[in-house]
Amino acid sequence: MNPFTRRALVKGGTALGAAAALSGPALLDWAKAWAQNAQWKPEKDAKLSMLRWKYFVQAEDDAFVKLINAFTQATGVKVDISRESYEDVQPKASVAANTGTGPDLFWGLYSLPHLFPQKCMNVTDVAEYLGKKYGGWVESAVKYGHDGNKWICVPICYSGALMNYRLEASKKAGFSKFPDKLDAFLEYTKAMKAQGTPGGFALGHASGDANSWVHWCLWSNGGESVDKDDKVIINSPETAKALDYAKALYGNMIQGTAAWNDSSNNKAFLAGEISWTNNGISIYVAAQNSAKQIAEDMDHAYFPVGVSGKPTELHLMYPILAMTYTKYPQACKALMAFMLEADNFNPWIQSAKGYLTHCLNAYDSNPVWTADPKATPFRDVAKRTRTAGGLGSVGEKAATAIADFVIVDMFANYCTGREDAKGSIAIAERQLKRIYR
Amino acid sequence: MDARPKAGHDGGEDTELVMADIALKSPGVRQPVPEATSWQRLKVNREWLSFWFMLPAAAFLLLFLVYPLGLGVWLSFTDARIGRTGVFIGLENYEWLWGDSTFWLSVFNTLLYTSVASVIKFAVGLYLALLLNERLPFKAVIRALVLIPFIVPTVLSAIAFWWLFDPQFSIISWSLRKMGLITVNINFLGDFWNARWSVIFANIWRGIPFVAITLLAGLQTVSPSLYEAATIDGATNWQRFRYITYPLLTPIIAVVMTFSVLFTFTDFQLIWVMTRGGPVNATHLMATLSYQRAILGGQLGEGAAISTAMIPFLLAAILVSWFGLQRRKWQQGGDND
Repeated sequence: MNPFTRRALVKGGTALGAAAALSGPALLDWAKAWAQNAQWKPEKDAKLSMLRWKYFVQAEDDAFVKLINAFTQATGVKVDISRESYEDVQPKASVAANTGTGPDLFWGLYSLPHLFPQKCMNVTDVAEYLGKKYGGWVESAVKYGHDGNKWICVPICYSGALMNYRLEASKKAGFSKFPDKLDAFLEYTKAMKAQGTPGGFALGHASGDANSWVHWCLWSNGGESVDKDDKVIINSPETAKALDYAKALYGNMIQGTAAWNDSSNNKAFLAGEISWTNNGISIYVAAQNSAKQIAEDMDHAYFPVGVSGKPTELHLMYPILAMTYTKYPQACKALMAFMLEADNFNPWIQSAKGYLTHCLNAYDSNPVWTADPKATPFRDVAKRTRTAGGLGSVGEKAATAIADFVIVDMFANYCTGREDAKGSIAIAERQLKRIYR
Repeated sequence: MDARPKAGHDGGEDTELVMADIALKSPGVRQPVPEATSWQRLKVNREWLSFWFMLPAAAFLLLFLVYPLGLGVWLSFTDARIGRTGVFIGLENYEWLWGDSTFWLSVFNTLLYTSVASVIKFAVGLYLALLLNERLPFKAVIRALVLIPFIVPTVLSAIAFWWLFDPQFSIISWSLRKMGLITVNINFLGDFWNARWSVIFANIWRGIPFVAITLLAGLQTVSPSLYEAATIDGATNWQRFRYITYPLLTPIIAVVMTFSVLFTFTDFQLIWVMTRGGPVNATHLMATLSYQRAILGGQLGEGAAISTAMIPFLLAAILVSWFGLQRRKWQQGGDND
């Protein structure tokens, strides 16, 4: 007897619908009230399509879908969501920008809006409303969001990449607390390798993990790729020092890191092949599901602080932008504001289990940061990060430099011995001069 | 009036024709042929008709081949970026690329990749074709099996190879370690030359069936009577191959190797999935570097310049195959010499 009879399906569907309605009436009521009071009224018959990066944590995506459904029910605007691996959002957005058609909203990486700033809608009113209501934006978010005097995107969240390390192995190596200075960190890696529990940083074209650690390494040793006027200053003794430091680290890493992409270190850590790396909280979340003994034996820590005494980390930011070709600009703005309202944002950030960090100061008090102490370091990533491009402009030039792996290749060239220090710096300098011309 | 029956149709014997006869309609008189209009002549002109028959295909080619190619070449002379058009800057992109070590590395990688992979594909493909040409049980099944690497979507086989060559999780390393032959995992994709050989191997695995099946088709057109005559004359296996099989195969070889070289030179999927051009650009081909610079980095003009730089090499490959392998006189109707 076929269980999938129409009667069974209809019965099941109604039950699901009833359950959803029962669990969501509060949200729905609030959303309806919000829609009536919001300063952006969606256009009649508006329909939106959004391309967002593929979730790292399933629960986050579920919460997001719920959020969007509440928006649809409150405003009547249907939102069609498609998801791409976050590296592929940028090419798709670029093509849409070039051709003038495609999704109305893009939720992507870093300086995505700065690759085509003229094609991004001016969302200053949304950003200022949210900033005023929720304790202000963090400094890096302000820098990322601006093109000149206007906001061209709304920063939604950051995805922090911090040190992930195994506790037992570190204690055995003589480090009960994770080192917070550069020299101590180098000693740590040496000791970990000596006792057979090495770690690794990605040196391949891993747009997230590789860029995150090489920029930390460059900046913490005092090197900079450009100054505040976008003049290329990478050819400096500080850069050479950073290269030497990285090479020393590379000697204490597991082999094969030059071929790593963004998922390689996750796999290696979860298999116990490495005992320290840089990553978001996804390793910890995956371990809680599939490798509980690793989850209990690991923790997170900030990157060691360098010569300036201030944190010099680089964390990924995910802004949402609307294209100027959209037919429903008011609906886009309404959705952006809706996403960051406390009643939506708080449960959504919580469902991400620490993978995503807020950039509006009021959300410091979200319970996800205190529920599990291992997630607490991720609360501050938005405040600790510098912007892409370091001292320079945060625009298409910085985005190109990162997407073309200029700094990653400089470090990889030197660490693998392909080029000497002068050669690696010369190649990077030439490429940066071309990009920043 | 006398109406004498007229014998014959020729008007030569008119001496006996009478006025009356001439008045009658005579079969020898030519009707005036209506002069065909230009349009009527054009309608049945073969060249005109063939033009119209070709027009759909030509439009298709123009739209999807000539236009993108032309646009690409034009873009390489501008500083276009994704999201905005560029201005004409002449040869600046090319000048900059001339001094870019990464670009020359990609050229070297592409040439190495293409030449090594093509030579091996040709050798092994030809050998496989010769084997398959013999009398075999289950010939059809074996031929179908041989085609599988070519049919499997490239990305799928690339992912499989990526797993096979993973620095930490490779089954090859694991097996060799279990057998006690090595103590440390082989760093397939993290070491420059290992990575190169790994991707070349993947490409060869993928490409052999194409060469093998096409050459097999060519082998089947060689008349067995030639072999019989040679055997009767006492030719060895090698002599038969050298003097009968190989010369008759050269047109097919020219075609299949041209295609193989072209596809290998412009390969993108295998490299992108397996190494993304790493480690440290050691496996970057011109196609993958162009994509990274143009789409990921947003510099359309520079990426287009890298792609356009491929054209001279490809043209050279085609010319070599055209002039080097197809110019035997007897292949064009003359005598063997």
